[in-house]
Amino acid sequence: MSSEFFAAAEPTPAGAVVQWGFITVTVANLVTILVMILVFVLAVLLPFPGSHEEDEQ
Amino acid sequence: MSSQPTPATPATPSPGTWTARLSAWIEGLVPKGQWLPDRQPAYVASWIYVFGVACLASLVVVIASGLVLTLGGLTWWHSSSLGRFVNSTHLWSVELFFATMVIHLWGKFFMAAWRGHRGLTWATGALAFFGSLGTAFTGYLIQTNFDSQWISTQAKDGLNAAGIGAYFNVMNVGQMVLWHVSLLPLVVGVIVGLHLLLVRRRGVVPPIGAEAPSDVAQPVTPERRERAVSGPSAPEPSSVPDESRPERAPTGSGARP
Repeated sequence: MSSEFFAAAEPTPAGAVVQWGFITVTVANLVTILVMILVFVLAVLLPFPGSHEEDEQ
Repeated sequence: MSSQPTPATPATPSPGTWTARLSAWIEGLVPKGQWLPDRQPAYVASWIYVFGVACLASLVVVIASGLVLTLGGLTWWHSSSLGRFVNSTHLWSVELFFATMVIHLWGKFFMAAWRGHRGLTWATGALAFFGSLGTAFTGYLIQTNFDSQWISTQAKDGLNAAGIGAYFNVMNVGQMVLWHVSLLPLVVGVIVGLHLLLVRRRGVVPPIGAEAPSDVAQPVTPERRERAVSGPSAPEPSSVPDESRPERAPTGSGARP
């Protein structure tokens, strides 16, 4: 019981960070932002299924 | 003695009653057939529109998992595997909610989606974003762990420095719980509802240089409302042939949502 309590009480490691001038961002957050930008670009570029159905008729 | 059956009173509502006026007002909020349209302009057939709907679907999961969490209370997830599962569902649906909302926002920004009397649609979307930030922030404060303690003390310093710390107390767990589960979800829910209503009322913004086809949602503008009330004395602008008008986007059958 006590070991579980102290294990839960230990602070979570902060994780790796990327520092660029005054900007500090964790690697996890940076990866999330980059994936979101990638998804946005793909959403703009990739054709939607069935969107050219009218043109083919 | 024979008695003739009394004919039933026709069920036509009197135009003077408040229920008839309310009914007419609700029907006039969006163009006819646009509450749940089954056809959309061809330019709506794009992945970028999926993210608005995905955001809405995420919000449904956020609310549903949040309601389940209220059964177990704040500390449920510390002592129960089921509580941890529901808590994780709540967390990751919030993550998905914000990710899809931001991508939706990027798309709408680069489309200049406030064009064509759609400024209020854009504004309610921005308000929904900021309201959601506040709701998510109060969620961090009620985790009942060291993380929430650290965040609340840091936030208290920041809010005091901003001069608004006297109006509410982010270190008061009871206050923040009520904000998170009742006040702020209500605010966000109302704003999101208004946003959806305006999307249906104004229609989806056409691409820059194109114009919405006439057989789908047209923005309810004061001119169109006046024309609908007074009758078709003036021709609909979309029916006036004008070679200088931009090319209309077709209504594609593949554009069904």
